[in-house]
Amino acid sequence: MAVVSSEATAVATESDIVTVRRLVREASAKLGFSLVDQTKVVTAASELARNTLIHGKGGEMELITLNGPRVGLRLKFHDHGPGIRDIQLALRDGFTTGSGLGLGLGGAKRLVNEFEINSQPGEGTTVTVTRWK
Amino acid sequence: MERIPILRMGEYLLVTIQVDMHDRLAMTLQDDLTNRISETGAKGVLIDISSLEIVDSFIGRMLGNIASMSRVLDADTVVVGMRPAVAITLVELGMSLTGVRTALNVDAGMDLLRNSLDARKDALYGSRIQ
Repeated sequence: MAVVSSEATAVATESDIVTVRRLVREASAKLGFSLVDQTKVVTAASELARNTLIHGKGGEMELITLNGPRVGLRLKFHDHGPGIRDIQLALRDGFTTGSGLGLGLGGAKRLVNEFEINSQPGEGTTVTVTRWK
Repeated sequence: MERIPILRMGEYLLVTIQVDMHDRLAMTLQDDLTNRISETGAKGVLIDISSLEIVDSFIGRMLGNIASMSRVLDADTVVVGMRPAVAITLVELGMSLTGVRTALNVDAGMDLLRNSLDARKDALYGSRIQ
């Protein structure tokens, strides 16, 4: 798989969520994603960045551009927070440990083509999503 | 502190969201609108989101909260101008904005608010004689 570019950005404050949305928007537009696909991947990134900030106590996003054999955008959200004890439960719509609606993880999963989550209680969480063009 | 302006036009309050909102700005708008409805006795709130490139679950929740709070304060809310790509994404995300009235544009939204206010006045004072 050909990685064209990869850059990391901090997700430590609320304004970083806005930055994440802008970076993902720019990268997906540059890859030639349709407007609907751009909107989907930006929305997924917004949900995951908020999770990284609120549940993971901050972390970073790695933005990877893939080119060949397929063109796509891969986003890795990584934090060193408390981790997720029950991933199946966390993915269920309506489940929340915070004050939100519980749509973040499950919703983000529906907006991308590939979704992978790795979490160790006490060590942190990495969520990797890919949207193909 | 950064704020989203709320304009008053007769019995209505108008809000146009023109920036990519961070979460605290969205919360501030929710609080400001609730206060303004109570201060002014406004009967309707129109929120124009045509500039918003995305609506995620946080902003969606804020729109739902504003609609609920204004209903409790005797005002109607209508959200106008949602972009098609935003609508598609929002439904896929799992949010259908239940309880939030929507219209395609500002004109249609204002018509909706006026009609709803007329209907409420009729119910209160009886039908007007033609």
